[in-house]
Amino acid sequence: MSINETQDAIIEEFSEFEDWMDKYQLLIDTGNSLEPLDEQFKQTQYLIEGCQSRVWLHADYIDGKVVFKAESDAVIVKGIVMLLIQVMSDRTPQEILDTDLYFIDKIGLKDHLSPTRANGLVSMVRQIRNYALAYKLKEN
Amino acid sequence: MEDFIRDIRAEFPILSTKVYGKDLIYFDNGATTQKPRRVVERIVSGYYTTNSNIHRGVHYLSQRATEAHENARERVRRFLNAPQASEIIFTRGTTEAINLVAFSFGEAFCQEGDEIVVSVMEHHSNIVPWQMLCERKKMKLKVIPMSDQGELLLDAFQSLLTPKVKLVAITHVSNVLGTINPVGEMIQKAHAAGIPVLVDGAQSVPHLKIDVQALDADFYAFSAHKIYGPVGIGVLYGKSDLLNRMPPYQGGGEMIEQVHFEKTTYNVLPYKFEAGTPDFIGSTALAEALDFVDEIGLDRISNYEHQLLTYAIEEMKKIDGMRLIGTAADKSAVISFLLGSIHPFDVGTLLDHLGIAVRTGHHCAQPLIDRLGIDGTVRASFGIYNTPEEVDVMIKALNRIKSMF
Repeated sequence: MSINETQDAIIEEFSEFEDWMDKYQLLIDTGNSLEPLDEQFKQTQYLIEGCQSRVWLHADYIDGKVVFKAESDAVIVKGIVMLLIQVMSDRTPQEILDTDLYFIDKIGLKDHLSPTRANGLVSMVRQIRNYALAYKLKEN
Repeated sequence: MEDFIRDIRAEFPILSTKVYGKDLIYFDNGATTQKPRRVVERIVSGYYTTNSNIHRGVHYLSQRATEAHENARERVRRFLNAPQASEIIFTRGTTEAINLVAFSFGEAFCQEGDEIVVSVMEHHSNIVPWQMLCERKKMKLKVIPMSDQGELLLDAFQSLLTPKVKLVAITHVSNVLGTINPVGEMIQKAHAAGIPVLVDGAQSVPHLKIDVQALDADFYAFSAHKIYGPVGIGVLYGKSDLLNRMPPYQGGGEMIEQVHFEKTTYNVLPYKFEAGTPDFIGSTALAEALDFVDEIGLDRISNYEHQLLTYAIEEMKKIDGMRLIGTAADKSAVISFLLGSIHPFDVGTLLDHLGIAVRTGHHCAQPLIDRLGIDGTVRASFGIYNTPEEVDVMIKALNRIKSMF
């Protein structure tokens, strides 16, 4: 699936739920299903410090694609992290840089990606793009 | 809901807000309180009827505005039972009041090698200004420890009171734990060692009757917005004997007597510490908020909130896995907690979507959170308009949240 196909699939999955609590239940279940990040990557150099919650992000460059692994100490944040990884991981640097991340807004979670939310997610998205840019420059 | 609470609630238009289709339950009063209609109307009428720069105008409006501002100062004096209105300095809030003392007291009385004593349960605003002073003057910051229940260890406090200590700065009520510190007793101990005391009253004034003379506090600071008043204005009470010996904090208008390029002389108290055009609208709105509080009566507020706190604690204890953080014997209307192993951010986010506003995280008291060995808490803090029915909604919500993980 392309990046946008993945985003559309997530939007469809969430559109089944009207009630906020059901959406969050889905996020929590998604978060709980996220494979725990290997302890070696839960180190300061991978930490994105938020005021409210923390996110660890690790990137690898395999066969021209950037592969992300991440985790958070808060389960809801972990759920959103997992969605971001579904969309952004295993893509070429150019695909990542060209992505318009619209699914977050469409499923009603825009507030979580506001800079004032301080949960580490805004920095995580920025960091994903930074990795993509770094690998692209390295390639050239 | 008791009738008098119903009447009080009617004064707060914001309380009828719907969030995500639910009735708002506002349990974030430790961060800021909502404003009764009369406080907002006072701001509006101030701008509509008396707005004019104060203290130097010969004209009618300026005199009315000056009078209102100085009446507000007198109102604050009465509220704190301070000896003189000139000992009431208007600041932007508690933080600025503490910064003022850290700078001006530091300049007047502190030298290299001296010490300042704070407690482990201070808010960042009562830590960082002292750290800055310590850095500037090469001094040391000493910290009063606490028990696991969240009570300061008074023997340890006593042993910190050496001749090197120039000032003790402590919070009256902890913003995270709700602990009411025995500041009267602590002031006595400090004074016995010849050390003045600053009390951070940000979390106490909305809940407890304060008498700075009975406490014998040397400095007492609070913010208007935490006691149903406007944002952007606060108060520093200081004993005139100390304030007179301290240099000004900021330079500018109002705080001067004579300005010449050769030499400038400073105004008397309180103006010496009020550089620039003061918030003469905010001061009158603060006075209105104090009228609102005093008309209900702080004793009545304390009693009511204490009942609410006791009820909430009892009900919360029934929730499996509930961990209450801060169980001091003497507690104000603040409950910090952890729900099982669920992250505070998750609990706060879900409570929000059920209409309940709480605060999560370290509450700007990171050293305290470190001391507790946790990453943060969820905090529900009550005000005069909160009800047992609202507590019930929260309890139900917490049980529901628990089942989601």
